[in-house]
Amino acid sequence: MKLLGIETASDACSAALMLGGETLQRFEIAPRRHADLILPMVDQLLAEAGISASTLDAIAFGRGPGAFTGVRLAAGVTQGIAYGLDLPVVPVSSLATLAQGVDADQVWAGFDARLGEVYWGAYRRSSAGLMEAVIDEVVCAPEAISDGGLTEATGIGHAWLTYEQPLRQKLGSRITRILPDQLPRAADLLRLAEALVAGGELVTAAEAQPIYLRTPSWR
Amino acid sequence: MPYLIESSILAGHIPTLKGDGFYRQTPANAKNYLMKVIGIETSCDETGIALYDSVSGAMFQRLHSQIKLHAPFGGVVPELASRNHIQRTLPLLDELLSEAGGGKGQIDGIAYTAGPGLIGALLAGAAIARSLAWALNRPAIGIHHMEGHLLAPLLAAGDKPEFPFIALLASGGHTQLIQADRHGCYQMLGQTVDDAAGEAFDKIAKMLGLGYPGGPEVSRLAETGQPGRFKFPRPMVNRKGLDFSFSGLKTFVRNTIASQTEKAQTLDRQTIADICLEFETAVVDSLTIKCRRALRQCNTPRLVIAGGVSANRRLRQKLTEMALQEGGAAYFPPPDLCTDNGAMIAYAGYLRLASGARQGNEISARARWPLTELRPPRQPETEHL
Repeated sequence: MKLLGIETASDACSAALMLGGETLQRFEIAPRRHADLILPMVDQLLAEAGISASTLDAIAFGRGPGAFTGVRLAAGVTQGIAYGLDLPVVPVSSLATLAQGVDADQVWAGFDARLGEVYWGAYRRSSAGLMEAVIDEVVCAPEAISDGGLTEATGIGHAWLTYEQPLRQKLGSRITRILPDQLPRAADLLRLAEALVAGGELVTAAEAQPIYLRTPSWR
Repeated sequence: MPYLIESSILAGHIPTLKGDGFYRQTPANAKNYLMKVIGIETSCDETGIALYDSVSGAMFQRLHSQIKLHAPFGGVVPELASRNHIQRTLPLLDELLSEAGGGKGQIDGIAYTAGPGLIGALLAGAAIARSLAWALNRPAIGIHHMEGHLLAPLLAAGDKPEFPFIALLASGGHTQLIQADRHGCYQMLGQTVDDAAGEAFDKIAKMLGLGYPGGPEVSRLAETGQPGRFKFPRPMVNRKGLDFSFSGLKTFVRNTIASQTEKAQTLDRQTIADICLEFETAVVDSLTIKCRRALRQCNTPRLVIAGGVSANRRLRQKLTEMALQEGGAAYFPPPDLCTDNGAMIAYAGYLRLASGARQGNEISARARWPLTELRPPRQPETEHL
């Protein structure tokens, strides 16, 4: 199976290409430069693999939650490529992708959502090695997060930088460690996408839509 | 409910830009090159998609307006606009291609609005457009929104302007006087120092309780107004230069409304109509005086009017008369191409792509982008062009 993956929900811009067992990735921390970088990254990956885009089986993208503009960029790029090449689309949670990238079996993953809130999820690794959500992802105040029933877990994502105190107060000694600088990566997204494809969780190009969780404020 | 403009065949053959040798081409020799160009416009609150067939001159288009979406807020909410564009663009494009027949395989190039505008809204359309072009292995180009407006009169069925010309670009976001020496070569002669003309219309409408966006309603009510009852100032006409200002006029109207409501609790319909008429006349007079000044200053007889305000009937009439008095002519876009649309982007994109302009794989979107930064497209490399 040949899968292309795009993840731009955070300050990191990344793309990855899965060819059977091998995954190639481009990853750059480049705030506000995602629009310039993402297509050249995809282009380079295909050139490096020596394959044509028309041989892809599906395209996966980080559908959020995350920065609105970044998530929309991934959705837009995915729509254009999928429509142009008649490819099915696999939407993947950006928080689950973040969780997938850490060497831990239980994870509390959070992005700083600004306005005093976090995008939040709790994940447990399956026997297949894939992160599975144990609660619905939410946007809420750090004081209002749910532990998802996890007895202990690794804290990951920049929510842990901005809101370390309230999160510590809430979860206390059950936090095994904190990795606040971790960002979602397209190679991890593809690990999750592979299973979603196998499970038939595919949508059309036009259905490649972001998950925002938050309704926009006036202005 | 959103409305959709039915696709329309707008023009006959390829408009030739005389006075600018690049594009003097016939359908026969254009055939080897870009025949069908898609245009995608998402800079503000309209999703506009079009397909321009340069061989037949046919223009297919689809438009989705977000007016109803933003109306409860009394103005465009940028994030809502962006969310709507990312939902609407692809289905509209798909509908358009089905109707034009031939599917996406017929696309020879893709143009999209790269600015100026709301950055999130621009990015939504730009991401889809640029990536689709990449997937189809076709050239793409980011187009300046105002260049799209400026060239829209070339899609009119009748007489088309030749370069050089003076352009008045007036909409809810812009009021500019441009000297267009040739395609891609524009000089700013003057612009508004505060509100845009269309914005002033909408604000007056709000003061009079006419809803959002109320500009067209102001013009409609002005039809039944009695001239002479009110006298508003003609802004900036005694000032040298070609800049505009509408906030002083707006304040004058606000004060007039206040003194009228002191006399009576609510404004009667006739008073509202009279205010609308005098306001509209003041704006039109101000624009006309500046346009006349620009034609004389630049010694150019041709005046192009584009942007949403160019749909205003009184303005069209006055500017047409004025241009005739000056020994020239005024040119307008087809009525459905005055406001934002994909057709003008498809056409402006076609002109640049056909002369060899190409963009890399970056997705371009700029909230601010002075029109004067544009350059003519590079010289064509093929002998056909």
